[in-house]
Amino acid sequence: MMIRHLKAFLAAALVAAVSAIVPAGVPAARAQSLTLDIVNGVPSAIPITIVPFAFESAATPPATDVSEVIRNDLARSGKFRTLGRQDIVETPTRGSEIKFPTWKLLKQDFIVVGRERDTGGGQVRVDFELWDVTKQQQLLSLAYTALPADLRGVAHQIADQIYQKIIGVPGAFYTRIAYVTAVGVGKGLQYSLIVADSDGYNPQVVVHSLQPLLSPAWSPDGKKLAYVSFEHGDSAVYMQDLATGARQLISARKGINGAPSFSPDGTKLAMCLSYGGNPEIYVMDLATRQLTQLTHSMSINTEPRWMPDGQSIVFTSDRSGKPQLYQEPLSGGGATRITFQGEYNANVAINYDASQFAMVQGSGNVYRIAVMDRKLGDQLRFLSPGPMDESPSFAPNGSMLLYAASEGTRGVLYSVSDDGRIRQRLSLANGDVQSPSWGPYRQH
Amino acid sequence: MNKTVRITLAALLSVGLAACASKQAVKPQPEQTPPPPPPVATAPVASGKYTPADLDTDPCLRQRSIYFDFDKADIKPQFQQIVACQAKYLVDRPEARMTLEGNTDERGTREYNLGLGERRAKSVASALEALGASAGQITVVSYGKERPVCREHNETCWAKNRRVDLVYTAK
Repeated sequence: MMIRHLKAFLAAALVAAVSAIVPAGVPAARAQSLTLDIVNGVPSAIPITIVPFAFESAATPPATDVSEVIRNDLARSGKFRTLGRQDIVETPTRGSEIKFPTWKLLKQDFIVVGRERDTGGGQVRVDFELWDVTKQQQLLSLAYTALPADLRGVAHQIADQIYQKIIGVPGAFYTRIAYVTAVGVGKGLQYSLIVADSDGYNPQVVVHSLQPLLSPAWSPDGKKLAYVSFEHGDSAVYMQDLATGARQLISARKGINGAPSFSPDGTKLAMCLSYGGNPEIYVMDLATRQLTQLTHSMSINTEPRWMPDGQSIVFTSDRSGKPQLYQEPLSGGGATRITFQGEYNANVAINYDASQFAMVQGSGNVYRIAVMDRKLGDQLRFLSPGPMDESPSFAPNGSMLLYAASEGTRGVLYSVSDDGRIRQRLSLANGDVQSPSWGPYRQH
Repeated sequence: MNKTVRITLAALLSVGLAACASKQAVKPQPEQTPPPPPPVATAPVASGKYTPADLDTDPCLRQRSIYFDFDKADIKPQFQQIVACQAKYLVDRPEARMTLEGNTDERGTREYNLGLGERRAKSVASALEALGASAGQITVVSYGKERPVCREHNETCWAKNRRVDLVYTAK
């Protein structure tokens, strides 16, 4: 199991404002926020109460309701059942004020209390405590100081702390997602590549185009996105630095330039290129720009994804007639087919320890997100109802996935817990959302 | 900060109406011999060769889309005539240039469909070249499922999207 240490102290709490910059000539723009709706709940989840945090200064409280962001994060994960605000009968703000019998009566396992105050210089200090209700024991007590504009980031980091303390694996709320929006009709259709917080807030435009954009892929350090753009008529792969907006053309060879995927160490980019006559998987060394062809088959080979050890690549190929997943070592030696259930399996997403492979599985006219459990004899479970679901992407801790779906003629995203029991829709009021990709843990 | 953005039905509808262009699957048409050139001094005398004007008037040349079955790239018999007259145009007009735009329906993944769209466009390119068109006249591009002409989730709509558009970039 991969363990990642999260720094949780005052200094680390200053959330870097993400200012994705649009390439030359296009003004940076704040994108329209996605709408969030939780679709169903999980009765077996762990009961936890997040008591609304008190604001203890005379100044006007910040607009962000930190406790509400924490509550939504934990509910969205599918691992927790949070007590509704109307059922929170007492509002302690510190451990000494908690009357445990009350929360036992409400069948709560855990309770989070907290408070905020102005620290001068425009900053806000947030203190919180996590308590075990049954043992009446304090599990966490931490403080963060941040600008009011960064309080959502603080709330996500607190949710990550709570998640890790109770579940035992790092939370992935303080992460970002990338996706493409398409707004407008006909010739006025505009595509935007967006980066937002994991809950869809704080959307920032990375690039605009009047031609299709697709397949954003995060660099492992979360600083760059590679993506496919049709801005010059045909597909091309670009790589863009999110902080500076600096953009590099990676490949605009004849034919398809698609499906970029960074190696786990960030030094290489796998892609689908067809300049040799057939769509094949190539690996580019990003320092030397040297290309190595991995696959050689007279079929479509695309959607490469790296195994976490960086030693082999899993990809889609229709060499057997219909698209299926194959795995091939970088050292060569041919591909091994790994999916045998279902007529159409494509677009793999691999979790951090490669125990779970998510994919698009098609049957007839229904395309759903399926997860193959590689520790349970490749047992398959479906995470989505279809009929037009695609682009699965794991959160860095593997506990949730993002995918794209179609509702009516509108494209929407869903986040779903890894057991498929809780789904949350992320939609745009006036356009399509597609091609989601969940970013890595943020570096403090 | 804005807490929630509400979805409006109106916005939903505006997307729904995204131009469902009624491009019907083209019917096979017998290749027509172009009419003899009018007796104008500047007109080419050699008959039987296509001219740019025919692109707008000739019933076969006017058909610039070829439709495919699901997950297939082979040209169905009813489209052979279109391929033949377009190939003849390219042979008659060596200066003509054509881009073949491959498209797919929405089923399946975006990147796989880029491959499938290219396979369809290349299938049409091969057929044109087999009939004498030069490879240098033809450019292939795949849009996969990114440029649907119809956005409903049914076979009627999907059939319109599984196509290669033949676009003359030089006549």
